[in-house]
Amino acid sequence: MSILVDKNTRLLVQGITGKAGGFHAKQCAEYGTNVVAGVTPGRGGETWENTVPVFNTSQEAREKTGCNATMIFVPAPGAADAILEAADAGIELIVCITEGIPVIDMMRAKVGLRDKKVRLIGPNCPGIITPGQCKIGIMPGYIHKPGKVGVVSRSGTLTYEAVWQLTSRGLGQSTCIGIGGDPINGTSHTDAVRMFNEDPDTEAIILIGEIGGTGEEEAAAYIKEHVKKPVAAFIAGATAPPGRRMGHAGAIVSGGKGTAEGKIAALEAAGVGIARTPAEMADALIKKMK
Amino acid sequence: MFDAHPQFLSAEGYTAMNIHEYQAKELMLKYGVATPPGAVAGTAEEAEAVAKSLNTTDLVIKAQIHAGGRGKGTFTNGFKGGVHLCKTAAEAKDLASKMIGQTLVTIQTGEAGKLVSKVLVGQSKEIARELYFAIVLDREAQAPVIIASTRGGMNIEDVAHETPELLLHMRVDPALGLQPYEARKLAEYLDLKGDLLKPACAIFHALYKCFIATDCSLVEINPLVVTKQNEVMALDAKFNFDDNAMFRHPDIMAYRDITEEDPREVEASKFGLSYIGLDGNIACLVNGAGLAMGTMDIIQYAGGRPANFLDVGGGANEQQVTEAFKILVSDKNVKAILVNIFGGIMKCDTIAQGIINAVKAVSLPVPLVVRLEGTNVAAGKKLLQESNLPIIAADDLADAAKKVVAAALGNK
Repeated sequence: MSILVDKNTRLLVQGITGKAGGFHAKQCAEYGTNVVAGVTPGRGGETWENTVPVFNTSQEAREKTGCNATMIFVPAPGAADAILEAADAGIELIVCITEGIPVIDMMRAKVGLRDKKVRLIGPNCPGIITPGQCKIGIMPGYIHKPGKVGVVSRSGTLTYEAVWQLTSRGLGQSTCIGIGGDPINGTSHTDAVRMFNEDPDTEAIILIGEIGGTGEEEAAAYIKEHVKKPVAAFIAGATAPPGRRMGHAGAIVSGGKGTAEGKIAALEAAGVGIARTPAEMADALIKKMK
Repeated sequence: MFDAHPQFLSAEGYTAMNIHEYQAKELMLKYGVATPPGAVAGTAEEAEAVAKSLNTTDLVIKAQIHAGGRGKGTFTNGFKGGVHLCKTAAEAKDLASKMIGQTLVTIQTGEAGKLVSKVLVGQSKEIARELYFAIVLDREAQAPVIIASTRGGMNIEDVAHETPELLLHMRVDPALGLQPYEARKLAEYLDLKGDLLKPACAIFHALYKCFIATDCSLVEINPLVVTKQNEVMALDAKFNFDDNAMFRHPDIMAYRDITEEDPREVEASKFGLSYIGLDGNIACLVNGAGLAMGTMDIIQYAGGRPANFLDVGGGANEQQVTEAFKILVSDKNVKAILVNIFGGIMKCDTIAQGIINAVKAVSLPVPLVVRLEGTNVAAGKKLLQESNLPIIAADDLADAAKKVVAAALGNK
C-alpha cells in the first residue's frame, strides 16, 4: 500500500499557530490527513480551527491524543530543538519542513536521535504523502494519484514535476518522500529505496537526486545489490559550475566529488534507467517497466 | 578516530561567505589562536602607526582582497606585488600608499582586478617548517573532521591526490568536542614535540572552539608554521561560515564585504532570491532549487547555455518576480528568458500576474518563454493570453527548452 504513512496516521503539527504551520495544517486536513494535535509553547489550551487541541509540549500532545507523526514548521532557530522534543515524546515519525536550520544544530540533533526509535524526514523538505490517504507536508495534493510507484527526491518542485508526469500518464504513486536539500538530514535516498523495495505494494521507483554528497551513489550500490523492481532516476545539476552552491545547502560540487556524471554512472551500473532531462522522468520509468 | 573520507576544502554544502585576512586574524586573536601580531590600515598614515606599534624591523604589508595570488599580482598603476617585506615604519607607509586605493590584478581576480581599500601590516616570521591544519563540517561523517598534514603551504588537494598517506583525518565526536588526547595525537602526527606540544595543542583547541562558536563550515590554516624562534603559529587562515547560522552572529555578518561579491547576487539576496550568474545567454526564472538546476540542464540539453541559476523560492510574491526580471534583463548577454514554474503552494495565476507586471515595468528587450504548470494553471494561462504581451507559451518542460533555445538563436 505505502510506506511510513497511511490513513491511520495521527498527525501533530509543531508550530500550528504560525502562519505557514496553520496554512499547511489546514491543507493537510482538507486532503484527509488526521490532524489530531498542535503544539505551540505558551498556547496550550487553545483550539485550532475549532477542532484541534493545542498543547504546550509534544509530550502532552502524545499522551492526550496518541499522535504518532509530527510535522514541524517551527522557525529555523528553534527547529532542531523541536525535532529533539518530538523524539523525546516518542513520536515515531518526524517530518521537518523548516528550511535554513544551522548545520551545527542538525549535527547535534542527530546525536540526540542516536538512541531513539524515530524516523526523521528532512529538514528543508516538502514532506511525505501517501496519495488518497495521508499528506504530511507542503506538496499540492491534487497532482497525486494512488498507485504503485514510489518517489524519493531531494528537491520539492522536481518531485512535483515527476509526480505530475506519472499522474498524467495514468501511473499512480504508493508514497512520495522528499528527503530535503540539506547536507545533514534524517532519511537518505538509500533508506527510502530500502523501504520501497520492502513494500509489497510498491512496484517501481523514481529516484531524484542532485549534485553534491554521495547519497545517490550509496543508493545505487544498494539498488545493485538488492532491488529487482524497475528504478528510474534523474540527477539535477549536470550543468552547474563546480564550487557554487545551487540554492539547496547540499547542492555543490567540490573536491571533484558529488558530480552528476559520477552519480549517473553509478546508477546506470546498477541497472537504473536514466532520465537525461527532467522532462523524461516518467518516460524513463515506463521504459524500464516494459 | 577513523578516516571519514572528508571532502577537502569543500566546506561542503554551505555558502562560502569569505572574510579578509585581517578579519581572520582578528577572529583568531579573539579565540586565542597564536598568530603573528598585526593590524589593518585604511590609509598610509595608519599603516605607519601600526608598523611603529609592532616595534619590529621584520614587517610585512599585504593588500586585502579576497582573491589569492596577491604576491605575484600587479597593480593597474604599474606597482608590482600585493605583498611586501620591509624594515621601517616609513617604508611601510610608502608601500601602503602605493597599494591603498589602487586596483590589484592577480591570477584569481580576472582582468578587471580588485580595488584594494585596506592593507594588513604585520610582523613577518622566519619559517622553519610549514604544516597544514583544517577543520571541516563533513557531510558523510555528520561531524567536524580535522585534516592535518606535514605538507603545509601546498594545495592540499594536490597532497591528497599525490601523497594521501601524508594526510591525517580525524572525526571529532560532535557531542564530546575535541578531546585533549586527540589534540596530542594531532601534535604527535605533525611532529610538534617537546616545547612545541603545549602551544600546538592550545592552537588546536582554540581553533575548534572558534569553529563551533562561530558556526564555521571550514577553517583552514595553511600554513601552520614552526618559526625559527621555535614558536607554533597560524600564518594564514581561511574561514567559511554557514549562512543559515548567521542570524546569531551579527559580528561575523559585519565582516561581509559586498564589494567582493557579484552585484547581481547581492541585489537578488536583498529580495530573498537565490541567484547565481553564469556565462550563457538564456536567463531562467524557476521556483525551487532542484527544478532550477533541472531547467539549466534541459536548456543545455536542447543546445542552449543558461545565463544564470535563479530560484524564486516556494512563496514568491509579485514584487519578487518583478525584481527577479530586473536582475535577469540587466545581464547584457541575455538573448532570451525562460520562466518555468510548477505551482504548488505558489499559484500559477499569482505568478502570471507577477510576470505581467514585471514585463510592463521592465520593458522586455528579449523573447520570453513561459511554462506554467500546477495550481490554478488555467487561470494563469488565461491571464497571460489576455495580457496581449509578446509571451511565447510552452506546453511542457521539453517544449519550453526547445522554444527558448530557438528564440535565443533567432535574436542574435
